[in-house]
Amino acid sequence: MKNKWLSVPYIVWMAIFVVAPLILVLIYAFTSRSGGFTVENFTTMAQYVTVFGRSFFLALIATLVCILLGYPLAYYLAREGAGMRRMATMLIMLPMWMNFLLRTYSWMSILENTGLLNTLFQKIGLFALINSVFGTNIEYFHMINTQGAIVLGMVYNFLPFMVLPIYTVIDKIDYRVIEAAQDLGANTRQVFRKVIFPLSLPGVLSGITMVFVPAVSTFAIPRLLGGGMVTMLGDLIEAQFMGSAYNPYLGSAISLVMMVVVLICMAVMNRFGEGEEGAVVL
Amino acid sequence: MKKNGFWSRLFMVLVFLFLYAPIFVLIVFSFNATKSRSVWAGFSLQWYVKLFSDEAIMEALRTTLLVSAAASVVACIAGTAAAIGIYALKRKSRGIVLSVNNIPLTNADIVTGVSLSLLFVLAVNAFNSTFGTRWELGFWTLLIAHITFDIPYVILSVLPKLRQLDPNIYEAAQDLGATGFTAFRKVILPDLMPGIVNGLLIAFTMSIDDFVISYFTAGSKVSTLAMEIYAMARRKISPEINAISTLLFASVLILLILINIRQSRQDRLAKRQKAILATKK
Repeated sequence: MKNKWLSVPYIVWMAIFVVAPLILVLIYAFTSRSGGFTVENFTTMAQYVTVFGRSFFLALIATLVCILLGYPLAYYLAREGAGMRRMATMLIMLPMWMNFLLRTYSWMSILENTGLLNTLFQKIGLFALINSVFGTNIEYFHMINTQGAIVLGMVYNFLPFMVLPIYTVIDKIDYRVIEAAQDLGANTRQVFRKVIFPLSLPGVLSGITMVFVPAVSTFAIPRLLGGGMVTMLGDLIEAQFMGSAYNPYLGSAISLVMMVVVLICMAVMNRFGEGEEGAVVL
Repeated sequence: MKKNGFWSRLFMVLVFLFLYAPIFVLIVFSFNATKSRSVWAGFSLQWYVKLFSDEAIMEALRTTLLVSAAASVVACIAGTAAAIGIYALKRKSRGIVLSVNNIPLTNADIVTGVSLSLLFVLAVNAFNSTFGTRWELGFWTLLIAHITFDIPYVILSVLPKLRQLDPNIYEAAQDLGATGFTAFRKVILPDLMPGIVNGLLIAFTMSIDDFVISYFTAGSKVSTLAMEIYAMARRKISPEINAISTLLFASVLILLILINIRQSRQDRLAKRQKAILATKK
């Protein structure tokens, strides 16, 4: 059974299609349009500082909201019976089988100025009420094409990636540990704070990684829900590779910086949490 | 642990409502009589009829399903073989291989996509200039990209099963006269199966859900469903998209229910067998 040669084709494949492409990004980042060595790609990036800041800020908010919604959900879920738990995890996975663009597109029709939510508010007389109280003259809430809509899209799309790892970790906690804490006189709150929460931290950490990384680099969500008004890092990179501003050298440099900043964030975070095994898979 | 009270149940219901409201909206408006995405004008199946005559969307659907199925099956076989190989490696080299394995999982999709597109463009250009062909990025590069990001998921779901394996049973099978491959097929494989199936499902899910990596590696001629929607979002999205979403959702739902029924039937069968064995003792 011990056949280590079976790993060779895989190692070769990964060397060609994972490692080599990343080395290419590294090389391109330090290459000028004419082909020589340059650091100009990095100096021109200074003009995009606001885009970097905005991306990290919005992704951070989305990650926080995901923790606030996802942690209680995972915790409550772990307390349900077996049948209910199986159905709930299935329900969380199910939307992922529809491509995330389909689901994001649906939010467009909900959030539009003449969309479902505004129509609903109109029907229940919310606008009439506000207008008569405040003397304003509004016909809709402006929700789409805002930064809020982008954060909503991120939370909506990446919430399962927060819930599932936390749920997996809490579910695996040995019930006897909790009983032991109770025997030693801990009340429900203390059991949670001193036992369950610390033990669930690895799940939270991998959840944060799985939400923050796609959130900071997304370009489809800001395009659909931000209407192209709000530029994020992903848009910037996409424009360098596919857009009119074709410049893979600058695009590689931005990707590289983004990757390094994300890696630093993760390293700092893992140091904090004494991170055990990195990625908990679904 | 304490059971959930009213408020925690309500919280769960609200979060699930949040997750499913947009899907519900998509489904309802796929039956709308007009093009409007927010005003209900009566029941109609016209978008379903139009959908099946829309060549672009049907072609994109075919590509998506084909790539996802092919990539997840290839990744499943390659990943299982790789997992067995990795398991046999020495501790240190296994650590290195597994951290490379983690790169596509933790890296931002856009970086994976962009880096692969750099490689593909370079390779295709080099190939074309040496052989005088006119190849472009297309289905094959898309497939390679999908296989590449699918394999790590398969490996991560097969490896734990390998660790749980009793190392003696393989030798026992050989002692009883099985050849190496028969012993593997009859003894090892059944134990690995849950991990392999799980890996296959995750790989397929990831492929179906992917947009970013496909977008950068598919070139200009081939497009997946997600790419089609993305291109449409710049112009005007047709309710045909709602119709196809509904069909996809319905088929996944049916598939999952079938899997669930099969699983609970197996569970019941296993329980009954155990009970019978217990009485015989």
